[in-house]
Amino acid sequence: MEQKIKVHNDVVCTFCGCLCDDLEVEVADNRISRVKKACMIGRNKLLHAQSNNPEVTISGRPAPVDDAVSEAARILGKARFPLVYGLSSTTTEAQREMVEIAELLDATLDNPSSYCHGPGMIARQQVGLASCTLGEVKNRADLVIFWGCNPLEAHVRHFTRYSVSAKGLFRPDGRKGRKIVAIDIRPTPTTKSSDWFIRVTPGNTFEIATLLRAIVSGKPLGVNDDALVGGVPVGTWRELADMIRGCRYGVIFFGLGVTQCRGRDINVEQLSVLVSEINNHTRFYAMAMRGHGNVAGGNQVMTWQTGYPLAVNFSRGYPRYNPGEFSVIGLLARKEADAALIVATDPGSHLPHDTVEYLKSIPTVYLEPHINPTTKWATVVIPVAQAGVAAAGTYYRMDNVPLRVKKIVESDHLSDEEILKRLKEKILHAEDH
Amino acid sequence: MTGISGLLVTVRTGKQGTEMMKGKMSSEYLEEVSSLRINADDMAELSLSTGNKAKIISPHGEALVTCIESDVPGKLFFLPLGPVANRLVSGADTDGTGVPAWKGQQVTIEPADMVP
Repeated sequence: MEQKIKVHNDVVCTFCGCLCDDLEVEVADNRISRVKKACMIGRNKLLHAQSNNPEVTISGRPAPVDDAVSEAARILGKARFPLVYGLSSTTTEAQREMVEIAELLDATLDNPSSYCHGPGMIARQQVGLASCTLGEVKNRADLVIFWGCNPLEAHVRHFTRYSVSAKGLFRPDGRKGRKIVAIDIRPTPTTKSSDWFIRVTPGNTFEIATLLRAIVSGKPLGVNDDALVGGVPVGTWRELADMIRGCRYGVIFFGLGVTQCRGRDINVEQLSVLVSEINNHTRFYAMAMRGHGNVAGGNQVMTWQTGYPLAVNFSRGYPRYNPGEFSVIGLLARKEADAALIVATDPGSHLPHDTVEYLKSIPTVYLEPHINPTTKWATVVIPVAQAGVAAAGTYYRMDNVPLRVKKIVESDHLSDEEILKRLKEKILHAEDH
Repeated sequence: MTGISGLLVTVRTGKQGTEMMKGKMSSEYLEEVSSLRINADDMAELSLSTGNKAKIISPHGEALVTCIESDVPGKLFFLPLGPVANRLVSGADTDGTGVPAWKGQQVTIEPADMVP
């Protein structure tokens, strides 16, 4: 029998914040059979999207999906301090449903940015951030600084599509028209592909950004050029400051090496002020290297709907924001939540073991396309159609540009959005009675 | 001999990302997230070679890892983020920020054959 083959063009990869939107995906008889132009991670994400799906289960036993949704509503409805957590790898349409459910339940609502780029959110609330789009970087940037990030292993096509070798309107020579600097604590493929690698000591981002502010602004330092800041002589930082002031359009891409090391939010605060002050001399921007495909969308949706990008609690009937107190990790470590709805993230793999052990001890409702460590112990497991493969919707790129992700295959499962809508109705129905 | 102390830093690796997409229950994924990148002098101090097992101990837990000699700085140990690294950090230790010490957990490393 002849196979039905369809080639989908301009498919968006939903793995990381790059959201590469130029993929070619071949689908034969509703199975993804070939992926072109993606990086190895994106290729594997698509080729394995339709395998390894969990069963619908309640307490480990197979169940119809309607029963699982009813049990989920029962668990969450009777909880006194529920947690609604995830958002980062699903559509903004599903994220919106999660916000509504959290509000209905008087729950705490958080997303993985609270332990990744969340410190950068806090910094932005204090001092703002001069930022730009990846398109501008591609077309204009002649100086690109990667600070505490390693895109060649985490955002693999960032170099070729946006920041380094991409040929742009005012950068027709691509790589030859740009200076690339990497600031990191160890050599990586990114530092080895840069023109200049500045190896720093760990946990000194705040001091380095403070020093650069002083040099760029021409302030007297009171130390000579041999003095070390972040393990690097002040004279070397002067060279970098000269390069920064001399560029026509510069950008700092910063990663978890900035947001998760000592200082956390004040590192990004200082970096943001530095970028702002550089604009007294030349055009200069900064951008967070967002990890999960739609983690930026999670921050967007939570901000539209609650006023805050992460760590929100509804228990008083209105949104309250307090990172640390309402951040998922602290909340679980203090054993405060008594039930959890988890969507589009895998706490069993990615949270500290003490928080995972606590999650295992409370009832959990889990929406997820694939078998993973969390599906092994979640109380209610509901498999879903993977966003960007079997469900369409909106994702936000790391520069906060929204892109529509496509449905390219049919699935036996409902999308996150559809399951969450059913769950919301069940919760509302239970409240009416 | 005793172990050596330093800072554990969790990182992304290309293989960790690639294997994660094939499935987090696979032996290839678990092998990669158990692979510790460590400096040659630190390896020599521990009398270890690439491929040898070591035990990492933090105030919050312990984990068995496979050492891989790498051009990283001394007394800094790099482990791909994932369930193995997460045995060594605590959610109770975030300095009120919500972010655990994934980029600077104090740990001690000793050869696995010292484990009783």
